[in-house]
Amino acid sequence: MTSSQSQEAAGSADAPFFPMSREAGCPFDPPLHLREAAAKHPVSRVRIWNDSTPWIITGHAEQRALLSDPRVSVNDRLPGFPHWHAGMERIAPHRAPSVFNTDPPEHTRFRRMMTAPFTFKRVNAMRAVIQEITDDLIDQMLAGPKPADLVEAIALPLPTRMICTIMGVPYEDHATFAAQASVGMKKDVDAQAQMATFRWQHDYLADLVRARAAEPLDDVVSDLAQRVTAGEVDVEEAAAMGVGLFVAGHETSANMIALATAALLQHPDQLAILRESDDPEVAAKAAEELLRYLGIVHMGQRRIAKEDIEIGDQTIKAGEGILIELASGNRDPRAFPDPDVLDLRRPASAHHAFGFGLHQCIGQQLARVELQVVYGTLFRRIPTLSLATTLDKIEFKHDGIAYGVYHLPVTW
Amino acid sequence: MRVAVDQDRCVSAGQCVAAAPDVFDQRDEDGVVVLVNATPDAADEDDVRRAAGVCPALAIQIQD
Repeated sequence: MTSSQSQEAAGSADAPFFPMSREAGCPFDPPLHLREAAAKHPVSRVRIWNDSTPWIITGHAEQRALLSDPRVSVNDRLPGFPHWHAGMERIAPHRAPSVFNTDPPEHTRFRRMMTAPFTFKRVNAMRAVIQEITDDLIDQMLAGPKPADLVEAIALPLPTRMICTIMGVPYEDHATFAAQASVGMKKDVDAQAQMATFRWQHDYLADLVRARAAEPLDDVVSDLAQRVTAGEVDVEEAAAMGVGLFVAGHETSANMIALATAALLQHPDQLAILRESDDPEVAAKAAEELLRYLGIVHMGQRRIAKEDIEIGDQTIKAGEGILIELASGNRDPRAFPDPDVLDLRRPASAHHAFGFGLHQCIGQQLARVELQVVYGTLFRRIPTLSLATTLDKIEFKHDGIAYGVYHLPVTW
Repeated sequence: MRVAVDQDRCVSAGQCVAAAPDVFDQRDEDGVVVLVNATPDAADEDDVRRAAGVCPALAIQIQD
């Protein structure tokens, strides 16, 4: 790259607006500008909702470097932090400290309070239950009318039941909670709406923590309640952890199940790999590639530089905002040859679908087992599964913090 | 091959156990890495390299 091109890439005057739209007819691909930037301008600038021009990191290696750099902070109370939208800026000063908005050493303390239920062994011990729920949901869908909405029938209920069970949130409350959570999961939320839903979610979890402190059960909220009783955290902090786990735990996996099904139905040769194998290794590999290819976390992970950082041929100044756009990093040809090709047999585990660094997804092993079980079961149990509509009629979550489909009408 | 882990850096993602279950484990109470075998067999070496590559906290060091 010449220095003039480099200047152009980094210039803030003509920085394109982010988030940007996906190309028509390419619902499974991140916007072309970002995919091209991944290899050509891995560190550039965009303009966001408040007219600031933070950096956007689209290259895989550059994302990896910055996400593991202690000079890069998630402290969203620092001036200049590039919030998702006005709503997040409004609630930032009111959010209790948690894994989501602290750096080490506080982050380490919070994170280790949340990780026990999500270890590789604990989650794999739940594989039989996940398989059973998946089979039940498929039975119910097959016994019901055609066409069916795969989101309502399978994609949403499976992860919601699992996270409710693990956390100890009554399943009958999940719909109300999910409706509240979905307000804050839009790309653009005004301050008043965000504040109202933030209060509701927080108060719900705080009440549940108090209830479990009085009468503990064997679940995550009871564990958080015990930590409150022991004086390790206060109720606000425990509620913040609970809200985070619930929100992150149900919608993301649901999006990955339904969006992957939509994508595989457009790639019958790839779908056949899953349909014709009962090898768990095949499903495990497929899950990693679908996580890479679909990149449902597409809003840029928000960070701020605490010191000047040299990266590539750019210098990020202390106090400047940084957006780590994970979906485009997953399409960086320097990391994944032919990145726009869905290839369930490729080694894809270096993807950034769960992020990288200290804040990488806490629930990733649970998500993996859920996806492996569903991908490994659905197409074998229903070999004739097909879309009951055309791709252009499907409503994609273009307006969501996490990408996916609102409904997926299927038949068989 | 000689392997070392940094428990202070570990963020309990569990990627090492998934990649090389004979070499790495996690503590029950918080998921922090436990090194089961500091001198893995030749057959496990590729898995250990993969584990080090995907560890989000860069908490696995390898000496050949």
